[in-house]
Amino acid sequence: MVFRFRRPPEHQPTAATVELEHVWVYRKGVPALEDISFRLERGEQVAVLGPNGAGKSTLFQVIVGILRPQRGRVRIYGSGPDRHLCIGYVPQRNQIDWRFPVTVWDAVMMGRVARIGFFRWPGPRDREAVAQALAEVGMDAYRERQIGELSGGQQQRVFLARALAQEAELLLLDEPLTGLDVPSQEALLAILDRLRHRGISIIVATHDLGQVMGRYDRVLLLNRRLIADGPPAEVLRPPILAQAFGSHLHILPLPEGTVAIPDTCCSNREMVQPLVSGRPGRDRP
Amino acid sequence: MEILAWLLDPLRFPFMVRALVAAVTVGIVCPVLGTFLVLQGMAFFGDALAHAILPGIVLAFLVGWPLALGALLFGLASAVAIGVISEREEIREDTAIGIVFAGSFALGVALLSTVRSYATDLAHILFGNVLGVSDDDLRLIVVLGILVLLLVVLFYKELLVMAFDPILAVVLRLPVRGLRYLLLVMLAITIVASLQTVGLALMIAMLVTPASTASLLARRVPSMMAVAAALGVASNVVGLYISFYLDVASGPTMVLVATAVFLGVFAADPRRRRREVHAAMSPGPLAPGR
Repeated sequence: MVFRFRRPPEHQPTAATVELEHVWVYRKGVPALEDISFRLERGEQVAVLGPNGAGKSTLFQVIVGILRPQRGRVRIYGSGPDRHLCIGYVPQRNQIDWRFPVTVWDAVMMGRVARIGFFRWPGPRDREAVAQALAEVGMDAYRERQIGELSGGQQQRVFLARALAQEAELLLLDEPLTGLDVPSQEALLAILDRLRHRGISIIVATHDLGQVMGRYDRVLLLNRRLIADGPPAEVLRPPILAQAFGSHLHILPLPEGTVAIPDTCCSNREMVQPLVSGRPGRDRP
Repeated sequence: MEILAWLLDPLRFPFMVRALVAAVTVGIVCPVLGTFLVLQGMAFFGDALAHAILPGIVLAFLVGWPLALGALLFGLASAVAIGVISEREEIREDTAIGIVFAGSFALGVALLSTVRSYATDLAHILFGNVLGVSDDDLRLIVVLGILVLLLVVLFYKELLVMAFDPILAVVLRLPVRGLRYLLLVMLAITIVASLQTVGLALMIAMLVTPASTASLLARRVPSMMAVAAALGVASNVVGLYISFYLDVASGPTMVLVATAVFLGVFAADPRRRRREVHAAMSPGPLAPGR
């Protein structure tokens, strides 16, 4: 018997992983999310793109069930979000105290805590799950390392393993690629790709336009409202992007095509990557 | 033989034996719980709570209730007050802690000033009086100490998640608020248990100093707790002997020994060099110079 305060709800076999219907969230009377509706199917991977303050974190909080929307409906596998144990969260790296005295193994074992239950210690099944999760992200050899002794990409993979040990079926990743070098970014994306083929659904939040290009099948463009939802080729066009990024987006018509440069202000790393979109002669104002 | 005599001589006095047992118990319990405070950056909160429970102790003393009960009530009341004041967002949490702690402490001193033996009582409550521990006191100290250690063991993995990543605690559907209050209750119990050994004013040193020293030495939380407890016991025992032979106040002496140990380890810092090499190899967002 595992003692838990509340039992996680059953998954409805035909339901979407995430379904939001006309969700409104107000913070101090000001709308933080306006009328958001979208569905995420099993094994689907989307990027939520928007400038800082667009409501990406608020959206995550609504999906996890920390925040109850004032209007609208949230469904995770067919039921309300706040009791599900299947939602894994990979925080932004700057939200973690990397001096904290835990090893890679300890950090991943934390994902098991709810499954273990109160007043019990990790058993063989839990150790098996942790070992498997570490193997999945290629961090098996690092299990004795203290988490601060890892590179940025390795740190992200450890937190991904933590979500896998939790047996998450929906992964929420907050700016996972920010601050990583390109090989680490590619390695992480390759792992995410493997996971979605196993039926794990993935939502990646980012403010960085450059990270979205050519890497996701579907992009949700967010700035309080859901401005666009579709394949990158449709969404990442200057007139649409301008609605989300507003004055932070500089659009330069060049002979090679239209260049949109997002000025992602206030982030800890300035990674201004120009984005070339459209063919010459088209998309030009 | 001379050293042995030096060590055994004080134990001829029953009050010294009781003081030693109390010092050892407190030296284990405070650093183990203090590990969580250090890891969560809650040192200031621990200090504030130690002061804020004063009126509870005084009231319980005046009415004749168990001191622990009064301390628990005021510990919880001041924690709730801090939460209510900082929730409105016009006042920062650290400011709210400052206001509640000072106000509550003032109430405690005012209450205590109605008692005739005011000056001595206040000095004992503030700085401890480990040589005055009675058999009953000692029983209470040991029982409360064991209770706190038991709670730490029972809720270790949940408390660890709360300390490391509170958002994970929410995602894992742990009772976050309940665990927060549990830590608070444990802190209040620990403060009551340690009251006579170090007193309220120096409580924070017992909670934080050995645990901070241990954080420089240990790589995992259980070993950090073990090292912290070993340092706490050693500092308290050494401090007690020094105070006995030099005839200085025992609580402050224990704290001074713990502080000296911290400064020594900090100056040597065995891990700093390795960390710096690592930081230079893999610049992350936390590396210096960004």
